[in-house]
Order: sequence, then C-alpha cells, then structure tokens
Amino acid sequence: MAVQALKDYNFPSADSQDKFHGGQLLYVGWDDHLMFCAPFAFCLPPSMPFSELCEKVLPNSFGYHPEWAKVDFKAATWLKSGQPWQPDMSKTLAEQGLKHKDILRLKTPGLKGLAGSSS
Amino acid sequence: MDMHATKKKLGIKEKYAHMTRGLDWETSYQPMDKVFPQATFEGIKIHDWDKWEDPFRLTMDSYWKYQAEKERKLYAVLDAFAQNNGHLGLTDARYLNAIKLFLTGISPLEYVAHRGFAAAGRNFPGVGPRVACLMQSVDEMRHAQTQIHALSNYNKHYDGFHDFKHMLERVWYLSVPKSFFDDAFSAGPFEYMIAIGFSFEYVLTNLLFVPFMSGAAYNGDMATVTFGFSAQSDEARHMTLGLECIKFMLEQDPDNLPIVQKWIDKWAWRGVRVLTLVAMMMDYMLPKRVMSWKEAWEIYFEQNGGALFADLARYGITMPECLKQCSIDKEHIGHQAWATFYQYGGAAAFHTWMPSDDEMDWLSAKYPNTFDKYYRARFTHWRDEAEKGNRFYSNTLPMLCQVCQIPMLFTEPDDPTTICYRESDYDGEKYHTCSDGCKHIFDNEPQKYIQAWLPVHQIYQGNCFPEGTDPTVEGFDPLAKVLEWYHFDNGHDNLDFEGSRDQANFAAWRGMATKNT
Repeated sequence: MAVQALKDYNFPSADSQDKFHGGQLLYVGWDDHLMFCAPFAFCLPPSMPFSELCEKVLPNSFGYHPEWAKVDFKAATWLKSGQPWQPDMSKTLAEQGLKHKDILRLKTPGLKGLAGSSS
Repeated sequence: MDMHATKKKLGIKEKYAHMTRGLDWETSYQPMDKVFPQATFEGIKIHDWDKWEDPFRLTMDSYWKYQAEKERKLYAVLDAFAQNNGHLGLTDARYLNAIKLFLTGISPLEYVAHRGFAAAGRNFPGVGPRVACLMQSVDEMRHAQTQIHALSNYNKHYDGFHDFKHMLERVWYLSVPKSFFDDAFSAGPFEYMIAIGFSFEYVLTNLLFVPFMSGAAYNGDMATVTFGFSAQSDEARHMTLGLECIKFMLEQDPDNLPIVQKWIDKWAWRGVRVLTLVAMMMDYMLPKRVMSWKEAWEIYFEQNGGALFADLARYGITMPECLKQCSIDKEHIGHQAWATFYQYGGAAAFHTWMPSDDEMDWLSAKYPNTFDKYYRARFTHWRDEAEKGNRFYSNTLPMLCQVCQIPMLFTEPDDPTTICYRESDYDGEKYHTCSDGCKHIFDNEPQKYIQAWLPVHQIYQGNCFPEGTDPTVEGFDPLAKVLEWYHFDNGHDNLDFEGSRDQANFAAWRGMATKNT
C-alpha cells in the first residue's frame, strides 16, 4: 500500500548496499543460544570465504558461550531466511549467493544452551 | 458613547463559548482548504466540526491559573528535596538508573509531544479540537520542563544525566522511543491523534507513568513523585481528549472506521514495543519493586483496556489482533530486555547488573511459568562469570527490527526458545522485523520504513563517529569512537553497577549523612 501523503512520496532506502563502503550486511543467529539476545549484524567484504566467517568472525562473537568450543561445523546445519541452506566453506559470501542483508541461522544439534535452557 | 454593560461576569459556559468557539472564523482571502491543507489527505471525513464535545470546557485563563498553582507546589518540593540532600534517601543507588532511562528516553518525548500537538492543533479546521490540542501542547512542554528540572538535581551528583538531548538523537536504544514519535509526527494530524492522543495517552499511559511514579514513591524519590502528581491531572485531560477524538471521527462518517481501526492496530503495537523498556525497568531496575510487569499488564491492560475496547465495540472497533500476543509476551519481555541491556551495558548510559538471589526468587515467584525455566540459568551463569572477573559484554552489534528498532530479541509466540524472524522484500531489498505486528506495519507503508535510521547500520556506514575520525588508522577502536560521539563518559556512565562511581559515591555520601566516621 502507498503512504498517504500530501505530495509524491518516494525516498531511497537508508541501508542500500552502496552505502557500506564495499561491505555487505549479513545477520547470523545461533539457534538455542539466547544468551546472545539477538542475531548479530556483520558488515563483511563479499569476497570473504565462508570458512573465514566460521573460523574467525563467528568465534569472536559467539566464543564467550561455554558451548561454542563444542560446535562442529561438519555436523551443523544452516537456515537462510528460514529455509534449509548448504554452504560451501571454500566459496566466498558472494560466490554462494549471499546477498546484502541476508540472514543465516546456525543450528548445532545436541547443543541446547546453558543447563538445556536454550540460553 | 456609553457601552451598555449587561452583566459583570460571564458564566463558565458562556466564557467557554466565547473563548473557544467564538474565536473561530471563516477565511475570505484564501479558501479554507488552502489554509488547512492537512485536513483531508488522510481520508478522514468530517462533516460538522461543531459536534466536537470538550468534556473539560477549559478556557485559557482558568488553564493558566490551575497550572500556575501546581507549579508553585512542585517547585517548593523540588527546592526542599535539593536543599535537604533528598537523593541520599533513595533505597539504593541502582534506582538512579531507572530515572536515567526516564530522563533520556521519555522526557525528550514530552517535548516532541508538545510540538506534535501544536502541529495537530494548527492543522485541524475545527476550533474545539484546536483549543484542546493547544492546551495539551502547553502541558507537554510543561512536563518536559518539570521533569528536566526535577532530575537536574541528580545531575549534580551522579553520572549519565548530563546530555539527554544529544543522546536522544544518536544512541541506539533511544532510537526506539525517538522513532516512535518521529513516525507519529510525520503522519497527518488525525493519525497523530490516534497514535499519541489515543493509543499512547489513553490505552498505554497507565503502563508508562504509574510504574515510574510508583517506582519513585517506593524508592524514596520525592522529586519524581511530585512531578508525577503535577502531571497527573493533565493526563486525565489528555486521556479524555484522545477518547473524544476517536469517538468524534467514528461518529462523523462510517468511512472513517477502517482507517481508524488500521491506525489503532498500528499504534497499539508500536506502543507495546516501546513499553518493553518499562517492563525491564519494573522487573529489574527498581531496588524496591512495585509489581511485576506481568501484573501491571494484567491490571492496566487486560482489565482496563478490555473495558475500553468493549465500549468502543458499538462503533465497530475491535481489539487489535496483535495485542493478543502480549498476554504471552508479558511472561518474557522484561527478562529478554534486561538480558539485552546487560550484554550491551558497555554502550548504555546507565548501569546494569545481575539480580541477587533474593531478587531471582522474587522473579521466580512472579513468573512461575517462565523465569526458572528459561532465564535463571542464563543470569546465574553471567553472575558467576562476573565474579570470576569475566563479566559478559557482547562485542558485536545486534540486528535490529526495521520498524520498532529494538534488537531482534523477541521470541516466537508459540516457542520462547526461538527468536521471532520475519522478513519482507521491497524494491529489491530485504527488510527484517521482530514480529507479525511490526511486519504488518512495514508491509502497509514500506516507503516510510525503508528510510529508518537504524543505529547499527548507521555505525557500519561510518556515520556515528566524531567529526574528523579516521577509521582506517591502526588500532582504531570503533566502540570507543561511537561512545565519544554519543557524549558518553566511557567508564563512568556505562558498564556494570558493581564498581561504578555512582555506587561508591552514594555509599560514601550516605555514610557521611548517617555515621560519625
């Protein structure tokens, strides 16, 4: 629906990719680990390999959790916009079709958070 | 020539007629629709502005008289509070953080409400609502001033009170209340009246003011209690204005119903999301608790609000669908919000802490269905880690909801262990929201919300550093630069209450007031 307005109402998005100095936004949440209150927002180069995301970026953000050390990326599964999604570790974010403002959810079977409370 | 005097004084009713309706006129040099360009574009049809009933029938001269009387009383109490070091009578210095949240998050909104009602009054062609909006506009200005004056006393002694106006326009969590008012103010005058006059001032006001003012009373803050009392009689008038406005729109034309219903749905949800901050304040920030957020929601919304919507049913208005979710959310949002501020406590202008054992027991008793099951393990773990010197501060920015701008911390209505993810595509770009309520609002007016100034994205765009900052230099610390841009005194305004300057000063000063050594 259109905005009810006195004049033409058309403005650019405040967060289009061109405003991020070559980076793209990627959101990543870790299911069943609500100790991290919300998914994280990252601004990353599209040329970053997915392996680097998993080995460097995510450990820095999620590493405080005692269960992070038990995460096995071979057993982990992913959702992209809520749908099952299979990453290729050797490809870059751009090569596997991850777009600006895409959202990933990491699911780690067997890990259920602090005292099994999904925390 | 002699003037014929009929009566010495006018009666209240006559005075009201002369001083309000009698001041109006039809323009002759310009057509009325050019003088009131905002009166029709929202689609609301008004046939007879004289049908507007003002239940208070207040004229400007009696308004000044009442308000001046209240001001005299208020400032006498504030002076006494300041001169007698009233701040040392607080239950505990942790309480100060609740009023820091109030001063930074709510008082500036009183000022924005002042501007908003002035604009609404200017844009209504009917004289009745115009006068009512004028008085509310002056009220809101007065509330902003009295709150700032009352709380400025704390600024002499404690951290975090020093630059609320600057912070409102920049700080990540203050974008939540700020964007709420920006959204309302940038709509037309009728939507503004539903947004602020009805949804905020009528449906939700008790959930905002009563908890803060009762919290102040329970925790020995006479200054805040007094400005609360001073504002209370105005609030009664504001509630009546909001209700009168909605009834007036609905009685004027049947075509107004779907528009009004759409606005009520939108603004009830927008308001509920802002109240997340109040939920956290009630459940965690008051050393002496008043009641839990869950209890407040049950009393002030489920009971009182239920009666309101039953009353509006005769006009065809139904309770907003999204509010049904609140009866589930009431069990969670206070805990979820406090967990959020605790982990982002490095970037908040107030202190955070983990509840003590006693307080956790209080939470278990108040939230028997949820606290122990979902939250106790998290909080106990954090407390244990803090005691080991490993206090948790998240080092990565959170994802925000495109509409309410709160971090995506809310869980699925049917599953409190899973974050609620919603997304929309608009014009080739993805937009993420935290709930069905916020997604619905986005999908109705995407052109409006794609412009949202989301603090996290703005930081990544490089727009939140002091002028002249070079983010490419070696060892660049983005968080420190953002806090500098926020005007936070890093190390004093933020971080844990334990070890804070507020904690040490309060203990030392109270010791001087109560002991001889």
